[in-house]
Amino acid sequence: MTYASDFVCADQADVADIAVVGAGPAGMAAAAAAARTGQRVVVLDQGFGEGGQIWRHAPGTPPAHDARSWIGRLVGSTAARRFHTSVVDLRRTESGFVLDAEQGTSPLCVQATRVVLATGARELMLPFPGWTLPGVMGVGGAQALLKMGTSVVGKRVVIAGSGPLLLPVAASLANAGAQLLLVAEQADFGVVARFGVSLWRRPSLLMQAARYRARFVSARYATGTWVSEAVGSSDVQRVTVTDGRRTETLECDLLCVGHGLVPSTELARVAGCAVSHGKVVVNAQQETSVSGVYCAGEPTGIGGADLALVEGEIAGLSAAGRGADAVRLFAERNALRRTALTMEAAFAPRAELRGVCRSDTIVCRCEDVPLGAIDPAWSSRQAKLYTRAGMGSCQGRVCGAALEFHFGWTPDTVRPPIEPVLLSTLVGRR
Amino acid sequence: MSDSVRITVDERRVDVVVGTSVAAALLGIGTTAFRVSVTGASRGPLCGMGICHECRVTIDGVAHRRACMVAVADGMQVITGAASHA
Repeated sequence: MTYASDFVCADQADVADIAVVGAGPAGMAAAAAAARTGQRVVVLDQGFGEGGQIWRHAPGTPPAHDARSWIGRLVGSTAARRFHTSVVDLRRTESGFVLDAEQGTSPLCVQATRVVLATGARELMLPFPGWTLPGVMGVGGAQALLKMGTSVVGKRVVIAGSGPLLLPVAASLANAGAQLLLVAEQADFGVVARFGVSLWRRPSLLMQAARYRARFVSARYATGTWVSEAVGSSDVQRVTVTDGRRTETLECDLLCVGHGLVPSTELARVAGCAVSHGKVVVNAQQETSVSGVYCAGEPTGIGGADLALVEGEIAGLSAAGRGADAVRLFAERNALRRTALTMEAAFAPRAELRGVCRSDTIVCRCEDVPLGAIDPAWSSRQAKLYTRAGMGSCQGRVCGAALEFHFGWTPDTVRPPIEPVLLSTLVGRR
Repeated sequence: MSDSVRITVDERRVDVVVGTSVAAALLGIGTTAFRVSVTGASRGPLCGMGICHECRVTIDGVAHRRACMVAVADGMQVITGAASHA
């Protein structure tokens, strides 16, 4: 694409040896490792500061304990850091790569010889009747908003979905004063037993929750249980959960539902990197199928912060031409990756989650496309053309994975800009 | 006490905590409907991290800004979908 970059790049480009996209664990580790070798590094991130989603912290508040040393390592390095910056295109030039971005409301162009993609993941959001009501959020979404200062004191909260994220978020919400009514894990008990269900039972958390509430708070934890419907006039007011035999309806102010994480691969895909089963394909050095483009962390497969840190360090060293120094990290990376694959299988969403949708349940929230408007015999491209599903502002980031779950569709091609940008950015004006 | 900034939300002046996101600030003053969908339904924040675009509001005259990705600033003017459709 030539829309803004030729204009902006002419005299206003950031020039670096290595551009790192994303400042979560993988991006921080990659940038710090590369900067240590003397390379000029620039880190670009959409968020407010270092840490990514997992180590998000509001400006002015201290980050989580295990995040501090990594954040310190990045901040103390020579790497330049640019936040509130969305990279919307990545393409090859004669001398390397150009990254087109929007920083706040201004265009930004970065030229780099090599690129590390550490674009993280997002939540798997699966539709159910009422999921579009204000007050229904992702589990990670509620955590993110809580960390940015949203008050949940006294709010009646139901958490549902799947995976290890439910427990710490339940703990955070309870700790922040929410009245936690129920944590519903869709996976069956046998699966869940392995994952510290006792976390939310920590007496200190309940004590803290009780301190905010006048009465004793007893949140239940149910396995093999999922949301069948949310109801409300303007905001969510009630949620119905089921275990497939019995249903139960609870009044609530906030319903958090998330079914684990989905790798964010748009930038890798627009750059032409090979993706298989939703994951960016990388070699032992974390290099993608596009020479000079490396990828680390969740885009190569959901694995959590520890795996992201190791992959990031390997990617940073490799991109800096110090691949030999990264070999000592391979065994740790490979072991963490094996563990990640077993977790992925354990929390896969159950088939019954398809059945909760009615024909009028909205699937594509940007374009308000109901499930009944979509023919399962179509492809995702046909669904776009016939119904606009996946063509709205989020460009299929939410409904894409939902349609994949319902119909087995693979996502359609990605085209730049991969995020909506201002017209002024497109024409390269500041 | 945290420092605060004064922003305007749909012509209502409110003091909010410095460093917070517009989304967190709006939820903090009881605003849950951020935008109006293409079929006229109210929508609020879903992902909290810039993915879903459900929290889009008009900030300082620029439409379709993701409230969860923008930090509050003194004098900021925020207009929700509910107000712009009124």
